Amino acid sequence: MVDFRMPSLGADMEAGTLVEWLVKPGDWVKRGDVVAVVETQKGAIEIETYQAGQIEKILVDLHTKVPVGTALAQIRTEAEAKPGVAAAPAAPAVAPAPVAPPSPPPVAPSTAAGAHVSPAARRLAEQRGVDLATVTGSGPGGAITYADVERRLAAAVAAPPPEKKRAPSLDLDAMRTAIAAAMARSKREIPHYYLEHQVDVTACEQWLTQKNATLPPDSRVLIGALAIKAVALAARRFPAFNGFYRDNKFEPSQAVHVGVAIAIRGGGLTAPALHDADQLPIDELMSGMRDLVQRTRAGRIRSSEMADPTITVSSLGERGVEALYGIIYPPQVAIVGFGKVVLRPWIVDGGAVGPRSVVSLTLSGDHRVSDGHAGALFLAEIGKLMQEPGKL
Amino acid sequence: MSDIDIRKVLQEELNNIAPEIDLAGLDPAADLREAMDIDSMDFLNFITAVHHRLNIDIPEIDYPKLITLDGAITYIAAKLGSRKT
Repeated sequence: MVDFRMPSLGADMEAGTLVEWLVKPGDWVKRGDVVAVVETQKGAIEIETYQAGQIEKILVDLHTKVPVGTALAQIRTEAEAKPGVAAAPAAPAVAPAPVAPPSPPPVAPSTAAGAHVSPAARRLAEQRGVDLATVTGSGPGGAITYADVERRLAAAVAAPPPEKKRAPSLDLDAMRTAIAAAMARSKREIPHYYLEHQVDVTACEQWLTQKNATLPPDSRVLIGALAIKAVALAARRFPAFNGFYRDNKFEPSQAVHVGVAIAIRGGGLTAPALHDADQLPIDELMSGMRDLVQRTRAGRIRSSEMADPTITVSSLGERGVEALYGIIYPPQVAIVGFGKVVLRPWIVDGGAVGPRSVVSLTLSGDHRVSDGHAGALFLAEIGKLMQEPGKL
Repeated sequence: MSDIDIRKVLQEELNNIAPEIDLAGLDPAADLREAMDIDSMDFLNFITAVHHRLNIDIPEIDYPKLITLDGAITYIAAKLGSRKT
């Protein structure tokens, strides 16, 4: 038996309120399934399980606030559950639930599609006029989750126009409190140093123009995706900028999970992880970034996305800012900033002056872990990678 | 499709992108990116939604023609009109 615990929710967020169970005792889950939703200062976060097996018992009632690390449910591993019987993940439970859930079952049959639908997904579908029969479920046993309805909305195909919508369920005051705590801690504890590097991104612009001309809008790529990929590849080569500073020592990360700074209209900010950004082909990275931004602005981030970023990338270029000097999100050790792409006179091949698209690339580094010299090499590497966008 | 119908479709899709913005108070000649505080990702999602909803091709090079509500209506009306002929 394994405890399914409240995961870490990022810096300075030590508790969350359980608002939705997407499973019930007897359900089968596989690694990566979203099984619960927790309300935090940064909005609702979908909690994934890293243990495959069968839900044995729900331990925490809805609307209960619990600290990080609290056991939320018990999961029987595949080996423990029904010895001798093939434990097909996501198969319907055949045994009676050993323990009744302490709250009404979180999933209910859909009259429209016959599939299971979470209450939050059903509410969203009703609010936005989405026919649940047209939604593909990705939850345990094919259950339709809130995120599935959001994806259906994002596809924007033939959905009846909503009469009335509400703003995303994000508590911007609570988010401001979380930002204040994390940033104040950063400025108290992290000795920042700051560097700026000018990069010619004309090659990126030309490459994108050519690529996007042949693609439908769904598949087009933004320059931000190239920037994230270049940072991720450079972070792999320069590990002193990728990882966590904890207990007075630096722990470099084997994986590169780029935190993407996403502004929330009305005054919020969060930076969830784009996992393994260095490994993703650019089209997949763009698709992942698009999904991440949409879910974040709808107030639906996953627990792993909150806790996993190993380095952050931020951009304020679209608002006219030419250079930004970010504050590191602890326990990370670096944040890279991208400013506005501006047309500048530039020395080109042969010493002539020509118009080029130039961006100010900045680094805020943790001086406990790295020095400006290494930071300069890191920035130069990002700039170099952006000269060959086709290889990103 | 009349200009009024096109405006309704565009407003619905903008509302999907930024539900917290009061579209009734939006200046139809204002730059949507500034007036609604939408970024390139939101704008791409808007273009994608319009593309699917009205089944029209909107190449990237035409984006500047769609940055105001009035401009977008004119552009889409021309696209739909040319498809009929």
